[in-house]
Amino acid sequence: MEQSRRGFMGKVFGAVAGVGAVGTLYAMKKSWDPLPSVKAAGFTTVDVSAAEPNKMVIEKWRGKPIFVLKKTAEMVAKQSADETARDVIVNGEHFLICIGLCTHLGCIPAYREAKQDFKCACHGGEFDASGINTLPPPPSPMVIPPFNVKGNTVVLGEEGEAYRKMKDAGVLA
Amino acid sequence: MAHFTKATSVHDWLDQRLAVDTLQRVLSKEYWIPKNINFLWAMGMVLAFTFGILLVSGIFLLMYYQPNVDLAFDSVNYTIMREVDFGWLWRHVHAVAASVVFLIIYIHMLTGIYYGSYKKGREIIWISGMLLFVAFSAEAFSGYMLPWGQMSYWAGMVITNLFSLGSLEFNGLVEWIRGDYVPGQAFLDRFFMLHVLLIPLAILGLIGLHFGALRIPHVNNQDGEEFDFEEEAAKYKAGDKKSSKVIAFANDFLAKDMFVVSIYLIFFFYLVFWHFGFAMDPINFDPADGLKTPPHIYPEWYFLWSYEILRPFPKDPGLIAFGFAQVIFFLLPFLDRSPNAVPASRRGLFFFWFWAMVIDLIVLTAMGKLPPQGIYSTIGLYAAWVFIGLWVALPFITKMEKRV
Repeated sequence: MEQSRRGFMGKVFGAVAGVGAVGTLYAMKKSWDPLPSVKAAGFTTVDVSAAEPNKMVIEKWRGKPIFVLKKTAEMVAKQSADETARDVIVNGEHFLICIGLCTHLGCIPAYREAKQDFKCACHGGEFDASGINTLPPPPSPMVIPPFNVKGNTVVLGEEGEAYRKMKDAGVLA
Repeated sequence: MAHFTKATSVHDWLDQRLAVDTLQRVLSKEYWIPKNINFLWAMGMVLAFTFGILLVSGIFLLMYYQPNVDLAFDSVNYTIMREVDFGWLWRHVHAVAASVVFLIIYIHMLTGIYYGSYKKGREIIWISGMLLFVAFSAEAFSGYMLPWGQMSYWAGMVITNLFSLGSLEFNGLVEWIRGDYVPGQAFLDRFFMLHVLLIPLAILGLIGLHFGALRIPHVNNQDGEEFDFEEEAAKYKAGDKKSSKVIAFANDFLAKDMFVVSIYLIFFFYLVFWHFGFAMDPINFDPADGLKTPPHIYPEWYFLWSYEILRPFPKDPGLIAFGFAQVIFFLLPFLDRSPNAVPASRRGLFFFWFWAMVIDLIVLTAMGKLPPQGIYSTIGLYAAWVFIGLWVALPFITKMEKRV
C-alpha cells in the first residue's frame, strides 16, 4: 500500500515535471528567436539610376551588405548564359545584386575593378562579376536576395516577377 | 535533535556545526600526493589561480562595461582604459590571463598525455578536463565578443556561421543563435550573459567534478608507479615519512605547489606590465563594422591549430575535419589500447606519436596565423592530414605496444 502510494506520487511528479520541462524548453527556445522589430525592418529600397558601370556599391539589407554592380556593355557581351541568368535588369541595364557575403563563412569579398571579380580575404575564395564562385573554398555563388524591380528602384525583401523566374531557374545561389 | 555541547572555543563552536576538522582532514591533511612528481604537477594549481585572477579582474571590468552595441566599444576603450583608476590594469590582467590560461591548459593536457594520466581509472579526470577545455574555449570566445571591435564582430560572424553546418544550410539555427540576421544587440547581450554567468557557472561545476574525479584514482606520478595509497599513507601517519611514497596535500605538497605558482605569477605580471600587447589584437581597436571585413580574420593563438584544420579543406570536409579535431581528444583514453600507464619515453612508438603530435600542433598553429596562400596553404593541408592520420594510427600503435 505504502509503496504503491509512493509510486503514484512519483508518477504524478514525473508527469508534472515532464509537462513543465517541455513548456520551459519551448519558452527558452522562443526567447532566443529574432525579435519582431528585427524581422520587420526587412525591406530596403535601392535607387540604381545613378549607378556607374563597373563601380561596386554596397547597400544594407537586414544587416547584411548587398552588392550592387552595374555591368558595362562589354561585360554583358562577353559573359556566359549562366552569368546572364543572374543579372537583374533595370531599364535595360544589367546589374549584379547579391548578398555580399562569401558562401564559405560569411566574410565580405572585395571587388577588384581591374580584374572584374571578387576576392574574399578570409580564406582566399573568388567569385566572378556575376557572383559565381570560381575558386574554393566557397561552395556556391553569392546569394541573390528577394527583389522587386519598380521603375528605377529595386525593393529588397519583396519577391518580384524577375526574382521568381530566377528562383524557378535555380540560379539564386 | 542532534546533541550540541557548550563550545570551548570559536574553533570548537564551528567544528560542532560544520565539522571543520573532518573537512580539513579529508580535503587536505590526509589527501595523499605521490612523492615522485615534478613541477608539471603544479599546473592544476596554476590554472586554479589563473581562474581566480580572471574572476577578480572580470568582476571589476563588469562594473563599467556596457553590453550595448553603441556603447560597448567606448566603455572598454575609453571608460575602463582612460577614466577608471587602474581600469587598464584589470583589462590587461584579464586579457593576458585569458591568453596564458590556454598555454597552461595545453601544458597540463600534454603532461597528462605524456605520463598516461588518462587511463586505469583516471578516464573521468581526462574527460572532465576536456569538458573544462571546451568550457574555457566558449568562455574565451564569448569574452572576445564583448569589446565589440572588428575582430569581435567578424569572429562572431564566422564562428556562428559554422552552425549552419555547411551544405546543410541550417541558416535558421544561425539566426536563432544570433537573435538576428547578423551579430547585433541580441547577439551581444546573450554572449555577455554566457560570458559572465552561465559558462562561469558551468566551469565552477566542472572544476568540482575534475577535483572529485581525482580522489579515488589519486594523482599519477612521473614513473607510472602503481602503489597502495592506504598502505603508504599509514606509513606516513605512523611517522615514517621517509620511506612512505606519499606526502600530504597540505602543507607538504602545497608548499611546493605555491612556490611554482609564485614563479608563474612573476612571469604573468611581467607579461601584464610589459608585454600585454600579444593579448590585444590591433584590429580589435577598430569599432565593429558589419560592412567591412578585415583583410585577415584569424582567431587568438590558442584556437589557431583547430582553425588550421578547418581552413585548407573545402567547406563540408573542412567542417567535418574541424568537428573531428574538437572531439577527438575526448576519446584519447579509449583510442589508446595499451595497458601501460607509464611515461611516453618507456612506451616505444607512442613516444614518437607524442612528439609528432606536439610538433604537428605547433606547425598547425604557425600556419593558422599566416595568410591562406601558396606554400602556407600546402603546409597547413599536410599538417591537417598528419593530425588526422596520427589519431587513426593511435589505436594500432598502442595495440602493438609491449606491456612494461
